[in-house]
Amino acid sequence: MLNLLLRRLALGVMTLWVVSVIIFAGTEILPGDVATAILGQTATPENTAAIRAQLGLNEPPHERYISWLGGFLQGDLGMSLTSRRPVADQIGFRLENTLLLAAVAAMIAVPLAICLGLVAAIRQGTVFDRGISVSTLLAISLPEFFIGYILIFFVAVHLGWLPSMSNVNARMDLWDKLPLLILPALTLTLVSVAHMMRMTRAAVISVMNSPYIEMAELKGIRNWRIVVQHALPNVLSPIINIVILNLAYLVVGVVVVEVVFTYPGMGQYMVDSVSKRDVPVVQACGLIFATVYVGLNMTADILSILANPRLRHPK
Amino acid sequence: MSDLLLEMKKLRVEARGADGATNAIVNNLDLRLERGEVLGLIGESGAGKSTIGLAAMAYARTGCRIAGGQVIFDGTDLMQEDEETLREMRGVRAAYIAQSAAASFNPAKRLNQQVCEVAIRHGVMSEEDAVARAIELYGKLHLPEPRTIGRRYPHQVSGGQLQRVMSAMAMTCGPDLLVLDEPTTALDVTTQIEVLATVRELIRQNNNAALYITHDLAVVAQIADRIMVLRYGELVEEGPTTKILNDPDEAYTRELVSARKAVVKPRVQIVLPEHPVIAIRDVTASYDGKVDVLKKVDVVIGKGETVAIVGESGSGKSTLARVVTGLLPPHEGHVEFNGKPLSRALKQRSKDDLRRIQMIYQMPDVAMNPRQSVAEIIGRPLTFYFGLTGQKRDQRVLELLGQIDMDPVFAERLPGQLSGGQKQRVCIARALAAEPDIIICDEVTSALDQVVAAGILKLLDRLQKETDIAYMFITHDLGIVKNIAERTVVMYQGDVVEQGSTLDIFTPPQKQDYTRKLIASVPEMRTDWLDEVLRERGDLFEIDARGRT
Repeated sequence: MLNLLLRRLALGVMTLWVVSVIIFAGTEILPGDVATAILGQTATPENTAAIRAQLGLNEPPHERYISWLGGFLQGDLGMSLTSRRPVADQIGFRLENTLLLAAVAAMIAVPLAICLGLVAAIRQGTVFDRGISVSTLLAISLPEFFIGYILIFFVAVHLGWLPSMSNVNARMDLWDKLPLLILPALTLTLVSVAHMMRMTRAAVISVMNSPYIEMAELKGIRNWRIVVQHALPNVLSPIINIVILNLAYLVVGVVVVEVVFTYPGMGQYMVDSVSKRDVPVVQACGLIFATVYVGLNMTADILSILANPRLRHPK
Repeated sequence: MSDLLLEMKKLRVEARGADGATNAIVNNLDLRLERGEVLGLIGESGAGKSTIGLAAMAYARTGCRIAGGQVIFDGTDLMQEDEETLREMRGVRAAYIAQSAAASFNPAKRLNQQVCEVAIRHGVMSEEDAVARAIELYGKLHLPEPRTIGRRYPHQVSGGQLQRVMSAMAMTCGPDLLVLDEPTTALDVTTQIEVLATVRELIRQNNNAALYITHDLAVVAQIADRIMVLRYGELVEEGPTTKILNDPDEAYTRELVSARKAVVKPRVQIVLPEHPVIAIRDVTASYDGKVDVLKKVDVVIGKGETVAIVGESGSGKSTLARVVTGLLPPHEGHVEFNGKPLSRALKQRSKDDLRRIQMIYQMPDVAMNPRQSVAEIIGRPLTFYFGLTGQKRDQRVLELLGQIDMDPVFAERLPGQLSGGQKQRVCIARALAAEPDIIICDEVTSALDQVVAAGILKLLDRLQKETDIAYMFITHDLGIVKNIAERTVVMYQGDVVEQGSTLDIFTPPQKQDYTRKLIASVPEMRTDWLDEVLRERGDLFEIDARGRT
């Protein structure tokens, strides 16, 4: 099994490396030249050449790639072209914000989704089950900005319980930030719960027709105990996968929600930088997102392997 | 009266089909079971045996419903009780032993967790007491290392052991009633004996009442005091075991009894064929390159001859079929076909070679495309090998249907509209359509009821006489070998233990211990067979200690 885990780990690292090449090549073949982009109207051939030399753009691409990746591995993400400050300084705060929001949303969404999924599976076919299915489907069908504005409209504007803008800053501590996080986290919860809940329900129900479940029923075990103790351990693998997929979404796919709540996160930063042609920032954001995504998926696979008793306890 | 434990009156169980219509799978059934009595329920698939067994615990599978009648357990009518009362009864007062232990154990939990669960969850015992009781039962059931075996996961013990662990699970709370649903059907014959013996011992020791459900009369004969023969959810005949076996009243029962004893043909041929159709020469093969699943196997099959390949699961008999068909290239040795060496791998074989070797499988359901009509299924090889199309093809399909005793109207049916036996006939016709020299029959009757299986064997026999085709007949069911094969090859863990004329191999005394053990393990249609075999056990069964953990 150790073999299997190591193989998976190596595969993850390989994937990341390929992604880094693609990101670098992708920004490389973007139309336009960084030097002219920086200089804009003032670009003369001499100026451009000077900037190119200053940025090292005259080196062959593979050498630039190596120095870029080398710097990245040591935490040096390069200089932002627009603000002329190290990318790492600017990204740090935003990455922290994004991860914090993802964590808060996950802490609400994951347990809620799994519990709802289990209850729906236990009460399969009842009004309760259908109610959960319909309402979560409804939530997933609405675009997240719509849910965000609806929440702002009722909770912030009408009831006035929470602020409508989540403009956290670096001087706030966690307790100051939390109230600002509730609405965006709730929006993310609403859009991600349905997915996880439906998967949990479907996975549990798929094994409820197994002979070992019938056996447990014939042993006179209570229904909820059958679901939790006999069905759940056998469907951990698909549930883990779907949960992790949603966690990745919470980190990587939250641009719209960040914009709605003017929350200073990574997504918003990356979109800004693309429009400003701030290549080092785009590259850094891309690679960080890729790392999170690949890392989470790898975790899912590793947990799936660990959840399989045949692999944990070979003959 | 006080001895009556279970009584069913006018039981009716209904199933709801996909179209919403209900049909009765058990109808108007009366059943009485006294304490300490073992009642055998016998019948073919679809007879409603399992449904009755589950109804004894007031349980119906998803899509089924106990629609009428009474199930009186120890004086109370379970149909009048609420779900909670029934739950408290299940596992404690009545316990269930299922057909497939491998499927009935939760793969994610240790054996002890599952065995002790019954007693702990019902509040009968503390956890320590339950574990102690489990260990005691493991010992009684002759499981190895009773103290520690419970810490293993289901996949870490063998099928026979798992079946015994399930028996232990059923016994933890000392139930009054045991429902045994085909508990030995999924096992090899030699393992079946062990499980059968331990189950019987257990029932006798504890004086339980038991419902023993099986399709195999010879098995139930060893264990039941009384037998109920069922068909289509209704009672055909009921009586003491000896009466049912020796002097049944109903024609259907007689058919069941004779299906086991049926002799298709006594075959005598001892000389090895001079010009064999297939000659397997010193074949060694493996799936992973490390463990040899076949070790220097040497078998020849002549024109118009049937050679049976017998052995338990893991003996390598299906692997041999894969080597002959080219699905698994051997890493040593080769296969000759009509005197010429055959390419090892499937892809290198000529179309004509492929045509001349056909195969029939165990599960006709999965061997046919469910969306193709019978005519398309049989017609496909006609087009592929002979280029027949249109009317010529239709004509030939009808001829083939005639050969397998099926009416032309079946040509337009889909597999889903056929019975198991009819499906297997269509598979035979499909193989026949290629006009092969040899057909490999891989457990072709194992999934069929005995009466239906006997019909298939008769058909194969007749086709052989008509077309002089050769059969490589792979089976674990030694009961049918005598009737179909001229020669028999006995395999054990990849080795050919013995081969020779079927008559020699089946006539005692057998030369090889393993062959003797295998043949002795085939249940016979008499009530004292198990006792006799157990008395003779001794060294014969010591082979079992090897190779099994």
